[in-house]
Amino acid sequence: MRTKPSLLQTQAFRIVLVYVLLFAFSVSALLFFTYWNTRRTLDAQTDQIIEAEITGLTEEYRHFGLPGLVETVRSRSTHQGQALYLLDDVLHHYVAGNLEFWPQISTEPGDMVEFDFGRPVNGKLESRRARGRVLTISGDFQLLVAEDVHDRYLTERMFTTTLPWTVVLILILGAAGGALLGRNMLRRLDAINRTSGEIIAGDLSRRVPLTGSGDEFDVLSENLNRMLDRIERLMKGLREVTDSVAHDLRTPLNRLRNRLEESAARLSAQGALKNELAAGEIERAIAETDQLIGTFNALLLIAETDAGTTRAAMSALVLGEVAADVVELYEPLAEERKVGLSLMPGPPVVIEGNRSLIAQALANLVDNAIKYTPMGGTVRIRAVTTSDGVELSVADSGPGIPEADRPRVIERFVRLEASRNSPGTGLGLSLVAAVAHFHNAELLLEDNVPAGLKAVLRFPRTALRSPAGVQLRSAAE
Amino acid sequence: MRILVIEDDLEAQRYLVQGLKESGHVVDEAADGETGLNLALSRPYDVAIVDRMLPVLDGLRVVAEMREHSNATPVLFLSALSEVDDRVKGLKAGGDDYLTKPYAFVELLARIDALMRRRMPAGVRTRLDVGDLELDLLTRAAKRSGTDIELQPREFRLLEYLMRHAGQVVTRTMLLESVWEYHFDPQTNVIDVHISRLRAKIDKGFEAPLLHTVRGAGYMIRAH
Repeated sequence: MRTKPSLLQTQAFRIVLVYVLLFAFSVSALLFFTYWNTRRTLDAQTDQIIEAEITGLTEEYRHFGLPGLVETVRSRSTHQGQALYLLDDVLHHYVAGNLEFWPQISTEPGDMVEFDFGRPVNGKLESRRARGRVLTISGDFQLLVAEDVHDRYLTERMFTTTLPWTVVLILILGAAGGALLGRNMLRRLDAINRTSGEIIAGDLSRRVPLTGSGDEFDVLSENLNRMLDRIERLMKGLREVTDSVAHDLRTPLNRLRNRLEESAARLSAQGALKNELAAGEIERAIAETDQLIGTFNALLLIAETDAGTTRAAMSALVLGEVAADVVELYEPLAEERKVGLSLMPGPPVVIEGNRSLIAQALANLVDNAIKYTPMGGTVRIRAVTTSDGVELSVADSGPGIPEADRPRVIERFVRLEASRNSPGTGLGLSLVAAVAHFHNAELLLEDNVPAGLKAVLRFPRTALRSPAGVQLRSAAE
Repeated sequence: MRILVIEDDLEAQRYLVQGLKESGHVVDEAADGETGLNLALSRPYDVAIVDRMLPVLDGLRVVAEMREHSNATPVLFLSALSEVDDRVKGLKAGGDDYLTKPYAFVELLARIDALMRRRMPAGVRTRLDVGDLELDLLTRAAKRSGTDIELQPREFRLLEYLMRHAGQVVTRTMLLESVWEYHFDPQTNVIDVHISRLRAKIDKGFEAPLLHTVRGAGYMIRAH
């Protein structure tokens, strides 16, 4: 089972984050457009007023000359309003107007400019914003016509300072909302994941809890539960079938064997020489029956193990110890065949598994390895922890299996041409593969270096257990 | 010895009863769980052979009921069910041994002999003797005619099991189950190799061999 995702990895959080970024961007764009448009309109209005003023003043100058212009500027300057005037000579000596000093602007006539100016309010000088245009009067004088736009300026300032904060606030609130949503989703998925984990571990009776809200998670959970009901029913059916197949085949096989034994006993009791031959035949028939029973038992065990219908007990076990027992069992046989059988030393590797099944799988591998390794060869067993799990390997120095044949030898009843005459059911490796399957492990057949076959049982990392809680045999004895 | 056979397959029952009688046992039989349970509770038996699946009352229930009535008769389960976890169920219900059908009669006979032997009050034994072969269970030392014999731990356990069942046939499966605690048959008969190794240690150089091969059945250790 995969590990629980962190909050930042959840789909909900990611979706909300993307949405919030998009939302913040849209809000900023919208606000910016409004601001830009408003300002443009306001400026246009101001500019219109200024242009009208300028037209008026130019008319005045044309009709009445400089004195007329000065008069008009003076009279207009006394009005309390937004309009600002300043008439200076070339050396910026004040001539007329309600501005006292020439502002810090380019004196070139032409475009609209914005500038700050001082205006006394309640005895204090207040800096305000204005917008206006400069025009030159007959080369010797400069006239500045402007409008006080301080209110617009303040609004604009407020706008530009609050906009970034608004975006920041949207992001913070969005992230918080995403986290909340993600956590909630995670909690619901966690319940489903936990149940799946327990079911994978073999407890088919578990069901995903429902919240009763009828939301999409409940619908999903309900569907999963219905699926689990079905799987459980199928598994139970399969179990019943294997049980009845076992029972219905074993009962007649039992009678057959009984009768053969009985006949053999009767014949040998009579003791006549001519019966010897018949007794021998019967004994061979018994041996054949036993072979048949052996094959049947192996097939049944493979079927049960492969389907995971057996409720074989799982426990934490030290692979090295299981291997040591198998080595101990096969050591005299290996010695008789002049094959060096050894367990490679290493730190203890503890996994969750079924001792009997793993021992049987390992025994099959060792049995094969000894059978196919010529005199003077070696068979080495090793249990190691690797980056992606645990490997239990049996490496021999025999002829190996051609790469093309490897997937086939794991299939039931497949025996290679080279070994067709040696004893065996052709089910040994199938059982190993079934045991591997039962433990969520893999059976790999690889080349051994420098020669031979290396059969590897690769258990996933999730099977790994800490050696801390397990009493090692060397410590117990 | 008195033996109770509860088996619903009448053909198998007839064979079993006949074989046991020929081996010198007194046998009662029942074809269903209820009759069998009544017999088991009303008469004393040395061993009961109970089929796992019985009509009226299931084999597991029969043995569970026997144990509930404080009946300690050793029970050997016979089962035609698939094996993997059924053995555990049988032993949990109070069975003492478990044999899968089809079985060899010698295997069954050897197992009920072992069950009956287990029942006898043996006390705490610290020494086993067979002829001039001695096994000290405390010092874990083996001697034959006063000569020390070096044994590996597993060889010691193998010899101990054989000597505890001296004079009885011990099958290869029984040795695998008791000495190695494996409930599967290895493809190659590795037990034979272990036995011949042990035989080389205890019988080599002595006139009378103690460890005998019983053809078609297993092994036996005895003095004569």
